[in-house]
Amino acid sequence: MTDIRDDSPAPAEERITTEGPVYTVTGGDWDTLIDAEHDDRIVINMGPQHPSTHGVLRLVLELEGETVQQARSVIGYLHTGIEKNCEYRNWTQGVTFVTRMDYLAPIFNETAYCLGVEKLLGVEAPRRAQVARVMLMELTRIGSHLVCLATGGMELGALTGMTAGFREREEVLHLLEFLTGLRMNHAYVRPGGLAQDFPEGWAEKVTDFVKVMRSRLPDYDKLLTGQPIWRQRLENVGYLPLDGCLALGATGPILRSAGLPWDQRKVEPYCGYEEYDFEVPTATEADCYARYRLRVAEMHESLKIIEQAVAKMEPGPVMVADRKIAWPAQLTIGSDGMGNSLEHVRKIMGQSMESLIHHFKLVTEGFAVPAGQVYSAVESPRGELGYHLVSDGGTRPLRVHVRDPSFVNLQTMPAMSEGGMVADVIAAVASIDPVMGGVDR
Amino acid sequence: MSDSGERKTTDGRPAAPSDDTPGTEGTSKESAERTGGPHSSAQESGADAAETGMGPGRGGEVEQTTDQDGTAPEGGTRTAPAARDRQGMFGVRGSGDTSGFGGLRLPGYAPAPAERPYGGWFDEFADEFAEALLERGIPRGAVEQVTVDRGEITFYVQREHIVEMCRTLRDDPALRYELCSSVSGVDYGADVDRRLHVVYHLLSMTFRRRIRLEVVLDVDDAHVPSIVEVYPTADWHERETWDMFGVIFDGHPALTRILMPDDWEGHPQRKDYPLGGIPVEYKGAEIPPPDERRAYS
Repeated sequence: MTDIRDDSPAPAEERITTEGPVYTVTGGDWDTLIDAEHDDRIVINMGPQHPSTHGVLRLVLELEGETVQQARSVIGYLHTGIEKNCEYRNWTQGVTFVTRMDYLAPIFNETAYCLGVEKLLGVEAPRRAQVARVMLMELTRIGSHLVCLATGGMELGALTGMTAGFREREEVLHLLEFLTGLRMNHAYVRPGGLAQDFPEGWAEKVTDFVKVMRSRLPDYDKLLTGQPIWRQRLENVGYLPLDGCLALGATGPILRSAGLPWDQRKVEPYCGYEEYDFEVPTATEADCYARYRLRVAEMHESLKIIEQAVAKMEPGPVMVADRKIAWPAQLTIGSDGMGNSLEHVRKIMGQSMESLIHHFKLVTEGFAVPAGQVYSAVESPRGELGYHLVSDGGTRPLRVHVRDPSFVNLQTMPAMSEGGMVADVIAAVASIDPVMGGVDR
Repeated sequence: MSDSGERKTTDGRPAAPSDDTPGTEGTSKESAERTGGPHSSAQESGADAAETGMGPGRGGEVEQTTDQDGTAPEGGTRTAPAARDRQGMFGVRGSGDTSGFGGLRLPGYAPAPAERPYGGWFDEFADEFAEALLERGIPRGAVEQVTVDRGEITFYVQREHIVEMCRTLRDDPALRYELCSSVSGVDYGADVDRRLHVVYHLLSMTFRRRIRLEVVLDVDDAHVPSIVEVYPTADWHERETWDMFGVIFDGHPALTRILMPDDWEGHPQRKDYPLGGIPVEYKGAEIPPPDERRAYS
């Protein structure tokens, strides 16, 4: 039996089984691939289904030997049309959509969106809600950075980093579940405040969490920071100096690793960040190792902010008093789970027709937002997360545009990896920390 | 963004006493209907257009200044897009839609031009900006309108000058807009004149100021020069805007689709992009697409 595959550089071996022929395809020798007619450049597709590409990111690499000559990223595999979907839901429902964009930092999406809506409305969330938002955002920042370290470690072969990172992230998710009701996709921050107040005993839980993280974060220094292999894989890899960052629009740890202490929390404080005492860690090496160290340092700073937020939290409302905006139902836990409080149901069903109408109108139709446009930005774990919201005066957004830091930062991938080794592409992408849910939206 | 709250509803006559103070009643249903009322100049011009003969084209007829010598008002003369005719059941007009058949979209709106003083750092910045433009020989009419709303300043600019304007904003030592935060599109609706807007958010890290540039486009001539040569970060933003809105950025190094598949037809975030209904198994019935469902707002 002649095998037509014989003329290929690396013939596939054939084996006859009861299920039919089975071919074993193996890689060929590099020398058999190149000959006089072809130069020694090959183009390979890395992804979209590749464990080292951080989700469904596809990299097209032109290689010369092991050197990357050109690199391009292809995105869109996780495009879900969230921005368009928001235009056909009311402003409150938008929260449940935007929280699914950057799924590692859902609270940031919610907060940036709600800050934008509140700016359009001209209202400000009550203080307790602001403090709670800060606390939740910093918790999420820790969780997001842990995933960055975990997946980055896994991609570079540091599997213990992965298991340790996900173990600690589990602590974050457990706490977020306790505080907001869900591990991810919380929809907890709402225009005007929060969906509801924290459950009883939250302060102890948060304090315990801080204690646990304080004891565990130093392990990362032992495990990774000083480890020779980790350093060799990251140091002087993925270099992007400050002018490159600004030209390519990179923000967040990438920008700060190039020496510019640019942090929205400091330069354009929102949610009362100006009251908190924390540092913005920076480095000047502008390489992957600097970004790694910044992320670890930022987690320590986040713990400081969380502690201060717990101390700052005073009793009070978590939603604006305006009944035209605030969700009418007071949620409570009943015997069959969480739902509208029985007291509220009794009132709207038995006593007040107007309350019933109001409840119905506000829930089905939403509140109208005066016409205009705003841009609201927060410092997400990956950089400047900006929401451009346009209202035509109705109860639905005319446009929700998200300036997602992952999307913008991913543009720096070619600048970081061209001319380097193919193995360093992985390190560079891991240090950009793109979340494809945010890139593709 | 420093001084929100200083909202200028200047429309050539004294702004109505702040009955649009948000938070008190600005979000109520009544107010939603009143946004078409006379206290909002933006809405007003739309409403006027509706009353005085609805034809499309009415709105965009009076266009930007052809001013080269600085005689036109600085605020600009860009007019509101023509309003859409909203109609309830039984031929009721002009009473606000209570039947829900009017569809989702409200009449198009255009923000009112701002008047001096703008407040905050805006005045100083506008002076510096005008001076820098003059130095580089960009006509003053290149800025069609200035709007200050909710503590943010927006410059509506002519597309011919967008690249040079961005270069000026980036390079002039008094301006220093080092970072282009985002470029995106907005579609104001199928029956609005010059419905496509390209929105640029620029950030000066030196002065910690943000501004917004906006280019207004006709949907049949959706071309705008690419600013990639000034801000390389605009590359993907412009590709996304092309992908989603069909705005062609002339001079872009590789204007291809980015989020949708390469062979996709149409531009999904345009308002007239068909959303598709859902067929149900009952006598050929279909759940209508969301933009054709009844809506009461």
